[in-house]
Amino acid sequence: MLLITCPHCGPRDEVEFRYGGQAGVASPADPEALDDATWARYVFFRDNPKGPFAERWVHAAGCRRWFDAVRDTVTNQFLDPEPRR
Amino acid sequence: MAELRRSPLEGVALGDGFREVPFLSQIDLRLNPADEGARGAVESVVGPLPLVPNTVHGGHDAAILWLGPDEWLVVGPPGSAADLERQLRDTIAAATDAGPVAIVDVSANRTTLELDHPDARAILAGGCSIDLHPRAFGPGRCAQTLVARAGVILWQLDDAPTYRLLVRPSFAAYLAEWLTDAIPD
Ligand SMILES: [Zn+2]
Repeated sequence: MLLITCPHCGPRDEVEFRYGGQAGVASPADPEALDDATWARYVFFRDNPKGPFAERWVHAAGCRRWFDAVRDTVTNQFLDPEPRR
Repeated sequence: MAELRRSPLEGVALGDGFREVPFLSQIDLRLNPADEGARGAVESVVGPLPLVPNTVHGGHDAAILWLGPDEWLVVGPPGSAADLERQLRDTIAAATDAGPVAIVDVSANRTTLELDHPDARAILAGGCSIDLHPRAFGPGRCAQTLVARAGVILWQLDDAPTYRLLVRPSFAAYLAEWLTDAIPD
């Protein structure tokens, strides 16, 4: 079991959270202008690093707020003691 | 309307050590706490909002629970929600400097179980991952969390300790049965 630190509620059990994938994936500024390949790349393609990875998490069973956190995909450790709101 | 109300635990046999407190009024409030106009208007009706996460202002009869950085639950006696909602709406409408505020009567969204047992802390700890030690969680604290995997708002009322568990109607009978089972004879 992981203890994940919600920026509002503090450390809580992993079962209270849901995963939201890679953080910082910007929506296309002009979606109409995208061809299919570029659109597919935006929708489906994500980084898959071995090591620190910036991710979106939601405190689903708690305050229901989304936040960013950095997790090491090798050790499963959350690296930022104060995740960003 | 009172005769049409039916608690989700009507007809469910509850064990000793806890009881249902049905039909509490609950109003969900959303506003930006930095919006002084909105906050002032709301607080002139319900009193100061708790700004520290997972804390409560008030007690048994009337309370405000922190649910999120821009969300609170105002809890009051049965039947008081409509009046309180109207009062809030009138006050906010009259406050020309108030930004957006959402006021929703969610009284039917949850019923309340009140756990009043000398071993309450240990009983809850059997199904809840929150640290309930008095140094971490005492009177005036609340938490949205899981108890026996059911989503609840857990709220400690006093030092006894007495706890309230606000639970969705569809989970109420399950949680009541879990508590009945968990409370030692
Ligand atoms: Zn939280």
